Amino acid sequence: MKNTSNRKALVAICAILGLFAAACGSDGESAGGDGDGIRIAIVAPSAENDLAFTQSIVDGTNNLTGVKEIARSPGLFLVDDAAAALRDYADDGFDLVIGHGSQYGAVIQEIAPDFPDTAFAWGTASDTFGLPNVSAYTAAADQGGYALGALAATKGSTIGIVGPVEVGDAKLYIDGFTMGAEAGGAAVATSYIDSFSDVQLASETASAFADSGVEVMTGTAQMTVGAIGVAEETGLAWFGTQSNQASAAADGVVVASQVYKWEVALQGLVDDIAAGSLGGQSYEINLANGGLAIEWGVGTENGDDQAILDAAIDDIIAGNITTR
Amino acid sequence: MAEFFTVTVLISVFASGVRFATPYLLAALGETLGQRSGVLNLGVEGVMLLGGFMAYWTVLETGSRLLGVLVGLAVGLVMGAVYAVVTLVFKAEQGISGIGIYLFGLGMSELLFEKLVGTSRKIPSFRDVRIPVLGDIKWIGDIFFNHSPIVYFAVLLVPALAYLLNRTTFGLNVRAVGENPEAADSLGVSVNRVRGITILLGNGLAGLGGAALAIQVGQFQNNITNGIGFIAVALVYFGAWRPVGVLAGSLLYGLVAATVARWKVMEIVTGSAASFTTMAPALLTVLALAVIARRSANAPAALTVPFSRGG
Amino acid sequence: MPKHLPRLSGVLVPLFAVVVALLIGAILILILGANPLTGYWELLKGAFGDGDAIADVAVRATPLLLVGAGITIAFRAKVINIGGEGQIIAGALVSVVTSMAVPNLPSILLIPLVLLAGLVGGGFWGFIPGALKAYLGVNEILSTIMLNIVAIQIMNYLLRAPLIDPDQPEAGRIPQTARLARNADLPILVPGTRLHLGVVVAIVAAILTWVFLFRTTQGFKMRAVGANDAAANYAGMPVKRMTMLALTYSGALCGLAGSILAFGSVSHRMYADGSSVGFTGASGFNGIVAALFGGLHPIWTIPASFLFGALLVGANAMQRSIQISPALVGALNGLIVVFVVSSSTLRARVARWMER
Repeated sequence: MKNTSNRKALVAICAILGLFAAACGSDGESAGGDGDGIRIAIVAPSAENDLAFTQSIVDGTNNLTGVKEIARSPGLFLVDDAAAALRDYADDGFDLVIGHGSQYGAVIQEIAPDFPDTAFAWGTASDTFGLPNVSAYTAAADQGGYALGALAATKGSTIGIVGPVEVGDAKLYIDGFTMGAEAGGAAVATSYIDSFSDVQLASETASAFADSGVEVMTGTAQMTVGAIGVAEETGLAWFGTQSNQASAAADGVVVASQVYKWEVALQGLVDDIAAGSLGGQSYEINLANGGLAIEWGVGTENGDDQAILDAAIDDIIAGNITTR
Repeated sequence: MAEFFTVTVLISVFASGVRFATPYLLAALGETLGQRSGVLNLGVEGVMLLGGFMAYWTVLETGSRLLGVLVGLAVGLVMGAVYAVVTLVFKAEQGISGIGIYLFGLGMSELLFEKLVGTSRKIPSFRDVRIPVLGDIKWIGDIFFNHSPIVYFAVLLVPALAYLLNRTTFGLNVRAVGENPEAADSLGVSVNRVRGITILLGNGLAGLGGAALAIQVGQFQNNITNGIGFIAVALVYFGAWRPVGVLAGSLLYGLVAATVARWKVMEIVTGSAASFTTMAPALLTVLALAVIARRSANAPAALTVPFSRGG
Repeated sequence: MPKHLPRLSGVLVPLFAVVVALLIGAILILILGANPLTGYWELLKGAFGDGDAIADVAVRATPLLLVGAGITIAFRAKVINIGGEGQIIAGALVSVVTSMAVPNLPSILLIPLVLLAGLVGGGFWGFIPGALKAYLGVNEILSTIMLNIVAIQIMNYLLRAPLIDPDQPEAGRIPQTARLARNADLPILVPGTRLHLGVVVAIVAAILTWVFLFRTTQGFKMRAVGANDAAANYAGMPVKRMTMLALTYSGALCGLAGSILAFGSVSHRMYADGSSVGFTGASGFNGIVAALFGGLHPIWTIPASFLFGALLVGANAMQRSIQISPALVGALNGLIVVFVVSSSTLRARVARWMER
């Protein structure tokens, strides 16, 4: 009985929906920007409040001028779902469609040619596929990492790093940080926990670091809040990246964070689009152009530390130090 | 590797393993109770997420960890009531309704976190409490008697649950209802009332497990449980539906995870070997069961079968 | 009362359940400050509004259907397979490696080969818990959940090291393969849409699953073992072997889903984000829902997975149009599952009531 009524339900529902489909036409609503600014859509793989990757693009685009509307579809970790979203937003007449995920590159390459009047931006990456309407943006995370590492080395001689998966932006930051810290004479150990989201594992890894005597910690990805919590509990110093992580712990725990100011890269693109171009360039935020900023935690700013940071930053900008 | 086998390191790894295991243990004990009465709950993960968030939020707003724990328990009880209605009144297929609860809990906890809190802020974590006298015994004291209250509670729950199941009338009813509900019914036991109670308590413990996780870690993120609820269900089978077995499974899982974490920190394993050790807890749990398999361990006969008087 | 009306309860009650779930969802949407009517309209349009949408739904439903068909085999043999996620990954990995070994085979050979590789990979990942259960008594819920974790870590490692796309710039590499062999691209059946061969393969697989279960001796044995393994044992049927084979076949179908996901994807690459759902889209779990809603019947799993796929695709479209949090979409998904599955026995009651 249960089975047959299930089946009848299915048939009926499908029939009704089939009629509906036949009745609907395809509707490509297009609405262009009309002088009040352009319309931007963002597709991202994780949540907007992850205090990490996706949060950074949300904060960055909110700081742009010349933008009339921002639509967002976070949490699209399935690349094919993101492809549908990118296509849909382009179809809907958004002027700039941003795919904020390194994994989205291949689908942007497929979709962009179908929408020659829409500008696409791909982050974090540097390849524009030679397509006139695709721009790419990336962060020289290693640079800020190096500077923070140099500062960290003055706060403690043993440092522990809690990393997610050993790839991409995470590896870039961690490698840069390690170079800076070791140049400053500290001993650095890194543990990649093989997950972006396992907060408990990050927490216990940080506890293990604390138990083994480290004095400073850093890490990247959304699971680091677990490690930041341990830093607070054990009185260790934390250095953050991607977003300003000072709010995640009590005052003073987070000494400084490397903040991604994506608006530095994207404002130029927005202005170009408003003027009629479609992009096609590759952008990088780094220490020199101010796209990477070191922001202090609550109550941690002081002249000596600022001097150490400035020295490292100046060296990096001048090209005296390689950070990757 | 020699540095690993020192007393201080081993004690701290054990402590970490116990902290790891606690949320698993609480949720798995709850699931054990439910399954002994014949009810499978695959929605444990969703209940843990909701209980975990509400507990986190309570502590964030009030500063009271005790209140947070109680709220986690209460959320679990509410979800238990929902699951009881879905399972006992509507007699829904237990496998899927559980997955639905998981999806709901996952989405709802994310939504509440986004709207009520925003980005994660630290809340006070549990403090370790050293038990007087016992805690002062050299080494043993540090290993067993210097943990947070929630750990003591979870561990004491093991003999308590075993006693409940094996030595009380209620426990007898639970087991009867799980093995042969028709017979139990004919003897005057209200099958659905017994199952209702086990579902309530079981989900309450899942909510408590989520609270334990969130408060121990002191933060919240989306999908903070990351699969703990499903592993907890698996551990019920590992433990052959006995609280002691579930404790053994949770400890095995937690200790292996803690050991691997410590090895990576001490750089005893690096590079590719390190990434393979991440799967160690899961692999070892399966191997352990394969090696010590008790073929006599059978599921409660009426597991997942809804009961209707008159068949 | 006219005789056909009680039968309508078979349709009305689950529809009513969906409506109730959507009403609760509407309240939540209102609280969030968006318009539920626009939202639901966009949900329907996003799933059924035009040919492109329906094609997207069919593609999204494909892994659900394959996993669901596998579940019908497993559940009917009284085996609970929660290892779909890991089996999908295993099948995808084996098929990707196969395509990398012989990338220049002509499509007519390469496509069946990679699909077969998917069957083998997933089948192996189902065989392990199957054998463990049959011969060592290890409960399959335990082993499949644990093997899911193992599969994720193997995928993470492979896509980070041996299989990683070497052409990525040195800085900022992600765990993604190179563009997979073009000859293995699943051909698009309706130009301009995403409808690819995998959809047809899945439907054929579901039909073959039905044939297997209901028209072959082995399928009969499997169902007999599931219905009453003591009686089957007494009748001389190889209970252990059937249990092991049920999990193996179930895993194989999941593995096939994995290879279709890889070679039918828009990006034509395999990517790992540290979790399983980043590749599978939780099809290993959602497929179970689809199968049970199809009454554990392989053919009825076809419309069931199609509808579930429509829900998933439409919900994303709804999110985009009224800009609500994707978390709400997930919660709504769960509500619908709970309500609809709760309604199944209600149907019988309502039918009896209507007959009074």
